[in-house]
This record gives sequence, C-alpha cells and structure tokens, in this order.
Amino acid sequence: MDKKWEEMSSGEKREARFAQWLSPKDPEGNNLKFRSAEAEASYRARVTRFKDAVLMEKLPDRIPIYPSGTFMQTDLTGVTPYESMYDYKKLLDAHKKFLVDYEPDYYGSPAFVGSGKILDILDFKQYKWPGHGISKESGYQCIEGEYMKAEDYPALINDPSDFWLRTWMPRVFGALQPLANLSPFPFLWEVVAVSGSMIPYGIPPVQNALKALMEAGNEAMAWIQQITAFELEVKGMGFPTVIGGAAKAPYDILADTLRGSRGIMIDLYRQPEMVLKAMERIVPLQINQGVGMATMAGNPMVFIPMHKGADGFMSDEQFREFYWPFLKEVILGLADEGCMPFLFCEGSFNTRLKYIRELPKASCFWIFDRTDMAEAKKLIGNRLCIGGNVPAGLLLTGTADDVRAYCKDLIDVAGKGGGYIMSTGTGMDEGKAETIHVMIDFTKEYGVYM
Amino acid sequence: MATKLVKLLSELREQEAVEFVQKAIEKGIDPVELLGDAKEGMNIVGTKFAREEYFIPDLIFSGEILKGVIRVLEPHLSSREDEKRLGRVVIGTVAGDIHDIGKDLVVFMLDVNGFEVVDLGVDVAAQQFVKTASDKGSTVIGLSGFLTLAFDSMKKTVEAFKEAGIRDSVKIMIGGGQIDDYIKNYTGADAYGKDAMEAVALAKRWIGG
Repeated sequence: MDKKWEEMSSGEKREARFAQWLSPKDPEGNNLKFRSAEAEASYRARVTRFKDAVLMEKLPDRIPIYPSGTFMQTDLTGVTPYESMYDYKKLLDAHKKFLVDYEPDYYGSPAFVGSGKILDILDFKQYKWPGHGISKESGYQCIEGEYMKAEDYPALINDPSDFWLRTWMPRVFGALQPLANLSPFPFLWEVVAVSGSMIPYGIPPVQNALKALMEAGNEAMAWIQQITAFELEVKGMGFPTVIGGAAKAPYDILADTLRGSRGIMIDLYRQPEMVLKAMERIVPLQINQGVGMATMAGNPMVFIPMHKGADGFMSDEQFREFYWPFLKEVILGLADEGCMPFLFCEGSFNTRLKYIRELPKASCFWIFDRTDMAEAKKLIGNRLCIGGNVPAGLLLTGTADDVRAYCKDLIDVAGKGGGYIMSTGTGMDEGKAETIHVMIDFTKEYGVYM
Repeated sequence: MATKLVKLLSELREQEAVEFVQKAIEKGIDPVELLGDAKEGMNIVGTKFAREEYFIPDLIFSGEILKGVIRVLEPHLSSREDEKRLGRVVIGTVAGDIHDIGKDLVVFMLDVNGFEVVDLGVDVAAQQFVKTASDKGSTVIGLSGFLTLAFDSMKKTVEAFKEAGIRDSVKIMIGGGQIDDYIKNYTGADAYGKDAMEAVALAKRWIGG
C-alpha cells in the first residue's frame, strides 16, 4: 500500500486525499485530538456524508448542509464587517459561535474574510473594504478597472509571473508601485550579471516596497496563527471545512483580476487570439494553485468561484470558445491530481448545463444560485453532485415557513437519490437567525435518506 | 446607402462601421442622418439582446462602436439639437453599494431607446433619489444593487419617497444580482427587471413611447 504519490492513479490520489480529510492532523503532524468521542464521530460522519454525496457511489445518511457565507456568520452574531477584518479574535469567536448555535455540517474558512490591516499596509487599490472607502457595516466590494491594459497581453503571455510582479502588483498595491523598477528575474545569470542585478534593490522606493512586504508578512503571520488555532479548535469540536484550496476559471482571472468586465468583453471582439493565448498560460497556474493549497490543507476540495461565464454574461458560442475549454482543463487537471473541484456558481447557469454534462462522473460538484434545479438534476444530476439554490432574498426577507417550503421543494426535486448539498447559492454577507436555523434544522429532519 | 450603417452597427462590425462613416462624411452625407442610422443600429442591438440573441459583451461592444462613430461625426454636427426624448428616468446604485456594471447597462439601453437618463452614480443616498426626482420632475426611478445590503437601502429609498409625499407620483423599478420578486415585495418597489431590456420595457410602459 506504500505506493509513491506519482505512481498512483487519479482515483487512488483522490481516495488518499479524502482519507487525509477524514483524519486531520495537528501542526506537528500528529492525529488531531478531538474534544470528545462524540465530536470525533460527528466529524467523521460529516466527512463521510460529504464524500458520499459528491462521489455518488452510495447514498449518504442524509443531505449535507453547508450554508455559505462571507460576513453572514459575523453578522448573525453582532460583529460588523469592519471588526471581522480588523479584530481577528472577534471574527473567529463569531464563527465559532455560529457553528455552536446553528450546527451546520461544515464551515467555510474565515480566512476568506482576510485582514484589513494587511490591505492597509499594502494600500490595496482593487477593492473597497469596511472603513476604507465604504462604511464599516458593509462587506468588501471590488472596484472594476483595467488593472491590465489592452496592450499588456504579450507581456502576460510571455511571462505571467514577471507580469504579475512588475506590472500588476505595482498597479494594484500602492505600496508596491516601486516594484515596477525591478528587472526580470531571468536576467540574472552567472557571475557577470549578479552585481548589476542587485542595483534595483538599493533604490530607496524599492526598499520601502520591500519593507511594506515584510510588514504585511508579519501581520499575515499574526493573522494565520489565529486562523490556524480556530481551525484546529472547530475541527476538534467536530466540524470539517469544505474548502481546501482555491482556483479560478482562467476567463475569470482575466475578467475579474486583470482586465475587468468591460475590458475583457471588448477584447473578445478586438483581440480574441490574445485572450485565448493568455488563458492557455493561466490554466496550469490555476491547477498548480488549487493542488498546492489542497495538499497543504489536507483537504481535497478546491473552491472555484464562478463569475463572468454565467447566463447572459456571454453568448453560447463565446462560452464554448472562451470560457468552457479552459475551465474544463482546470477541472480535469485538478481531478487528475485527486482533488475535488467545488464550482460555486452565482447567477444562473441554465444555458451552460449542456457543457457541464461533458465532465466525467463525480469529477467535481456544483453549487448553484439561480440555476433551475429540476433542469440541473435532470441534465447533470446522474453524474455530478449539485447543491445550493436557497435564494439570499428569501433567507433575508422571507418567513420561516417560506424557507421551509422552499427547502422541501428543493429536497424533493434536487435531493432525490442523493448527490445534493443543501446550501445558499451565494456567499451571504448577512443573515437572519430564524430562516438560517430553519434551512439547517429542516434539512436535518426532512433530508434523511436512511 | 444609409441602411448599410444600421447593418454594420447592429452586426458589431466596428472597423467597417467607423470607416463607412468617415467615407460618408467625405462624400457629404448629412451627419445627422448618419447619427440616426447609428442609433437605429443600436436599437436592433437592444432588440437582439431582449430576444437573447445578443448578450452583455455585445451590448458593451456596440457601445464602444457607437462611441467611435460619434467621435467621427461630432465635429460635423453643427449644433446637436436636443432630440425629443420620451421621458426622464432617474437611476443609481443604492446606498452602501458601489457596483455599476449592471446599472451602466441599464443607463445605456434607456439612452439608446430614447429616454433622458439622470445617472446618480453609485452609493446614492435615499434622499438624493427623492431630491433629484422632484427637481427634475421624473416619474420613473431605477434602483440598482448587487449586494444583499442593497435590499434595505432600496426599501429605505422607497420609504423616502413615501415620506416626501411623492410615492404615488413615481414608479420605482429595481434590479441587480440578488434582486427577485421577494425583494420587490420586501422593498415596496413597483417592479423588478431581470436585465437592461426589461428596464426599458418598464420605462416604456410607465412613461409611454
């Protein structure tokens, strides 16, 4: 059984990753100490439930429940988005209290909230966050922009890392603007190039940028220590996380991170070849990121938030040419390494279901927001686990009875025969105690298979 | 001859459209007529969008082409007389929310469909909607929002119209990421539109045209 990792099949790798998830370790590499035998049993039952739902080999004991939230957990416990980003203890206490009070099966990492202090140090330009451009009561929001210019494609394609370091980072982080003065790393070769290559690091503004990176690094260590302690504690209480790593659809890297929504849409007409070449370069980077993070976390799930490929955001032909082939490559590349891609599809994906059908059985799972779940169940439900679709609007403005009726319908339609996860279709920023309780409690009662 | 520009624009043939306009101007064709054709082309784009033959990138790109065409025409349009507008719509992204892509598409489609649009931008306070609607005498208000926090901002904005005593003289439409009929009911708005063409249809129904 001591097969080397590289000799394992993708199925064996997946089994090994799930086994790791089932038996978490502490930072020293020892088996995690659970708070009680009962907590350990809950943890294992929850992991097994999820595994059965997504692998679709056997029926889970009941429908797994994962209410997805960004600032929802803190909102429900009276902690503001500002406090969530600046007071790590408040953030983590709130997340813990949410787990204890609501008892969902899984948690999403509070690491996704991020540290406002780090954003301050780096003078991050791409978002507004609570207390920084928007009120302390509001979650972070992206500022659309062309952080990569239309003429930057050759530089990105030629050397993505160099483009990130010397062009994108200086534009996106005020404190790192001087990194534009660095010379490309591959210019450093052998003795004659060493001394000259060090010159940029003597320029005072570059040194300030390096100091900012060190300061951000110090804050990141303080932040991650608390996050790690939280993770160990809640796992010990019996709660697994459904997020191991993260990756993005290559098109969304261009549309969200680099070119902005408007920029990329115009590129589709003016320079389609460049868009395609850029995405070819981005595919392996996304696979490596997802696999690397999942390995480090000891958890096969790779979260992929999907944005600009939703219904209406492009035509069917554009989806087929620009979005799908590259996303598919990322999904298959991750699955090949034994990871379980977790596609999180805000908006609706009705017109995209016919493509999703192309994926091999149990190669990934899809959490939908406004997609027609009956149609999704019919078209892809026999091969891929689906989930989600409890609307944010309903949860925040509806009554307990409305939510119960909606969830019953969902379980009857999408939950039939397994392969369904009860979840919100969007990363919630707010919550309403009554309805979130009902979504969880009702599913525990009505979503039982055996 | 003139219909050629309608076709080029509606088929999103950017370079040909701009070249055509340049040549037409050289030949002495009336720039006002060309502008009319360009707008007719845009109307076809809007219709195709409503029929789901065109999608958001097509709308965005058609706007780019129109900008290019207007850039050529502008110096030749002696005084751009104000064309007759169907009515005035006040629109903005509600307080606390800074998302503008959806809102901008609605502004754009209302504009090419003949409405005068007062765009208040993003993170707009409830009172500002009320004040602008009163000052400008607008009867149609569009509230946009992507985040769930927009639900409450929209509700407050609708209430602000009530408090100002002008709720009955305006029609309020809402739209954006998580907006649906639940939120229409919650906020007390008159209608919810799922995309830019639905906003145009609502404005037409309410104002006429």
